Amino acid sequence: MEKTPAIPSLEAVDLRCVRGERTLFEGLSFTLKGGELLRIGGPNGSGKTSLLRIACGLLEPDRGEVRWGGESVRGLKEEFWARLLYVGHANALKDDLTAAENLEIACTLAGLVADRRRIVAALARLGLAAQENLPARVLSQGQRRRVALARLALAETAPLWVLDEPFTALDAAAIECVRGLIGGHVSRGGGVVYTTHHEASIEAAVSRRIDLAGS
Amino acid sequence: MIAALRCVIFRDLLLAARRNSDVLTVVLFFVIVVSLFPLGIGPEPKLLRTVGPGVLWVAALLASMLALSRVFAADHADGTLEQMMLGATPLGIIVAAKVFAHWLVTGLPLVLISPVLALQFDLPRELFGVLVLSLALGTPILSLIGAIGAALTLGLRGAGALLSLLVLPLYVPVLVIGAGATEAAASGLGGSAQLLLLGAMLIVAAAFAPWAVAAALRISVE
Repeated sequence: MEKTPAIPSLEAVDLRCVRGERTLFEGLSFTLKGGELLRIGGPNGSGKTSLLRIACGLLEPDRGEVRWGGESVRGLKEEFWARLLYVGHANALKDDLTAAENLEIACTLAGLVADRRRIVAALARLGLAAQENLPARVLSQGQRRRVALARLALAETAPLWVLDEPFTALDAAAIECVRGLIGGHVSRGGGVVYTTHHEASIEAAVSRRIDLAGS
Repeated sequence: MIAALRCVIFRDLLLAARRNSDVLTVVLFFVIVVSLFPLGIGPEPKLLRTVGPGVLWVAALLASMLALSRVFAADHADGTLEQMMLGATPLGIIVAAKVFAHWLVTGLPLVLISPVLALQFDLPRELFGVLVLSLALGTPILSLIGAIGAALTLGLRGAGALLSLLVLPLYVPVLVIGAGATEAAASGLGGSAQLLLLGAMLIVAAAFAPWAVAAALRISVE
């Protein structure tokens, strides 16, 4: 399989996150290099999503910073975001657009090159071959999640993937497919940070896990 | 970057076309408000001619405000806004595209039907040009300023009322100059001074407002 060149490492240094009155975590540090898989665990409300949003640069940590290749991600801005693929727990789908239109727009926004043929292939890979021209409104929860995750099949040029609960609402076959996509990305030399409650093991040379304690 | 710009404009127009009730609400509101004035004031041609430009402008301003709260709300609710923030294109560019698309569906129709509505006020035919031009320059300014307010109040409860309070004072200069253009033309002074001022305001707003909106959105999404 083709290896992407070594990617800059994602470093979190001494992060602290306070939401409202509660300190979700503090003194949290990790490093993610190319070819590594990092799973964030912890009970509901322990700050997993907040940590991912901090890692993306959407949320400013109360202390510490996240660096990409040694520079703060909030300073790098588009330079970092162009290399990031973020799938949040919201699917970012428009009810009035078809699955294919939704995917095409999501890819253009993320700066991924995707022609019609690759869009259709990506949807087919997630098992949505028959639904590509249906409006997202009529899709089931699991199918909507699949459309959002179909971006993964087109995102081999984005070295860093940040996935918030990718397996939610998916059936066994789709989970298997997404595991394969994540495993493939890691073996290509990309980095993946994700949260999940599923005990789905993903094959990776370096796989680490951070558990947030919650309170 | 151009691809993303085109993509966002196309997407918002497509969404507006598939959900056209939102657009129709704004246009109908404009038509109804403007049409109520001649009925309420009575058929006094001189009076109607005097208030006409002002009424059209106030109605256009209120109609454009009606649509404001929806500029970012849907994208915020379904997570698309986060994707736009984490995209390869600077957020300011995306915002400019969104505001432009918003103006195309909620501002441009008002500009285009304003001459028809102006007939109800017995506005002289030769003033139509100034009226349309002043609205064509003014309504994008309203959309741009309004987008800042919409971004600042995104996700708040009671955002609608707060939005009006924030944005209305900023609309006042545009209203005064915009309605003044037609009035000046009617009194024989020519409206070119006001139109030039509106043009200058539009250029400044188009250059700076998208970046202010982008900064406000980042704060709102945290």
